[in-house]
Amino acid sequence: MVNALRKVKFVTRNLILSFETSCDETSVAVIENGDKILSNIVATQIKSHQRFGGVVPEVASRHHIEQITGCINDALRKADVDYADLDAVAVTYGPGLVGALLIGVTAAKAVAWAHHLPLIPVNHLAGHIYGARLVAPIEFPAMALVVSGGHTELVYMPKENQFEIIGETRDDAAGEAYDKIGRVLGINYPAGKQVDSMAHKGTDTFHFPRAMDNDETFDFSFSGLKSAFINTVHHADQIHETLDKNDLAASFQQAVIDVLADKTVRALKTYPVKQLILAGGVAANRGLRDRLESEINAFPNTKLALVPLSLCGDNAAMIGAAGEMLYRYQTFTDATLNADPGLEFAWLGEAES
Amino acid sequence: MKILAIDTSNRPLSVAVMDDDNLLADTTLTTHRKHAEFLMPVIEDLVKKSDLQPADLDRIVVASGPGSYTGIRMATTAAKTLASTLNIELVTVSSLLTVALNIDLPDVLINPIFDARNQNMFTGLYQRNAGKLQAVVADQHTNIAEWRAVLAKTSGPIMVVGDNQPFLADLKATLGNRLLVASHLQAIPDAAKLGWYGAQLSPVEDIDAVVPRYLRLTKAEADWKKRHPNEDTRNYVEKL
Ligand SMILES: [Zn+2]
Repeated sequence: MVNALRKVKFVTRNLILSFETSCDETSVAVIENGDKILSNIVATQIKSHQRFGGVVPEVASRHHIEQITGCINDALRKADVDYADLDAVAVTYGPGLVGALLIGVTAAKAVAWAHHLPLIPVNHLAGHIYGARLVAPIEFPAMALVVSGGHTELVYMPKENQFEIIGETRDDAAGEAYDKIGRVLGINYPAGKQVDSMAHKGTDTFHFPRAMDNDETFDFSFSGLKSAFINTVHHADQIHETLDKNDLAASFQQAVIDVLADKTVRALKTYPVKQLILAGGVAANRGLRDRLESEINAFPNTKLALVPLSLCGDNAAMIGAAGEMLYRYQTFTDATLNADPGLEFAWLGEAES
Repeated sequence: MKILAIDTSNRPLSVAVMDDDNLLADTTLTTHRKHAEFLMPVIEDLVKKSDLQPADLDRIVVASGPGSYTGIRMATTAAKTLASTLNIELVTVSSLLTVALNIDLPDVLINPIFDARNQNMFTGLYQRNAGKLQAVVADQHTNIAEWRAVLAKTSGPIMVVGDNQPFLADLKATLGNRLLVASHLQAIPDAAKLGWYGAQLSPVEDIDAVVPRYLRLTKAEADWKKRHPNEDTRNYVEKL
């Protein structure tokens, strides 16, 4: 009787418990109707991995298992919901670190089975993109530039639940390049935020190469830029010359932003969209946000959707936002779900019709 | 008391559903090391075939290590999440002890061994006392040379169970006639015995705090600790 009343009362309310453990944040969230955050618990391991100058996968897995049930309980408590209120469980199953992903996948499967809830497998990058939903509805067709420590991709979305890669990095991810040059500047991982703020105090005096900027594809490459940066610093060291760190940061950042912005602009010209979404950890970069805000003026029919700073990093709220979309498409999996560390969207033209 | 017992510490996967000390259903697989794919489906299947619902379970017993890091994390994550989400009891048992349960001899020392490669091993020494297994030497990560020194100080027969192959010549040299070697079938963990044993133990007080028994720091952490011997390593993870 109580259950029947509850069903009537909340008939329009969809609640998803979502999990994200693909890298170095253990996160569990409760999302209402795909776009409202009831809770978003994030336990970050950054301090731990800073000891090693980067994420150590085995250490990451160990921290995830320490945190996972505490995060689930916190997420439910903060959202003020019980298992009986939930409609589904969603979980990141790739891409990411396999041992880290497996903690979230195993926990999500256990919760789904224990409470007879459907299990939704979510691509981490779809999560980053759908994080934009938590601010305003996504309008299709849409384009997403996903930039993080692990990814640099341009994803075209002709309609909801359709993701087609049109370009990606051929070597380092943009965020990875930030961390590597950050190390040379004496900045601990993750270096993005500090390089960004140093860049604002310096000027582009070194004119590092803009790899593949004029190339036909929408692909990126950052390893040449990283090498040019490191060579410049090493050469100066050898001749005992001191370079201005802010200028180095500004020159590096300008090269990254130029390539990201130029490719994105070309993508928007080739595939006109209603919305451009900037997502991923590097989407928090002030320089990149400013640049895209100004570039978008040339596209009066395209709105720029910036994922808020608090949701740029990895979090389960975005997984719940993508999970609710998949829930509507009844994209469910079963208890055999495994982690897929190399999971990718299909390339444009390769997608199943 | 309805018990779900789980061991995925090494290559074998073993799951059992018990009602007190009665076995309702069990499965042991040694063909694949696909614990991520197989563990939850096997649990689902066995609970269903026992005519139970998840909510009917009263206690989870898990072999929480030592063993393969991924393997012990699979079982421990499933076990602690199930216990937490179903609000039921959780008992953790040594994975070495779980294998030692296969040896039902009163007057021998039982020496379970898991190969940790490069002459290293996870091992411990157990003895049956009035039917109960007691640790004589605590579980540890060690190497064969050091373990030989430990064994040399014991007396009486010792039955080795587990990955004896890489260490057999050394063990023979140390123990001579005292060495007994269990059959390979006795080296396979049996979740029914694990469940039976775990039924007698007290449950953990803080499920959230349960972690696998790695018995070894990661290399990165060990190196770091050498360079920072006095640093407090407890509070590295922060909730935002
Ligand atoms: Zn990410």
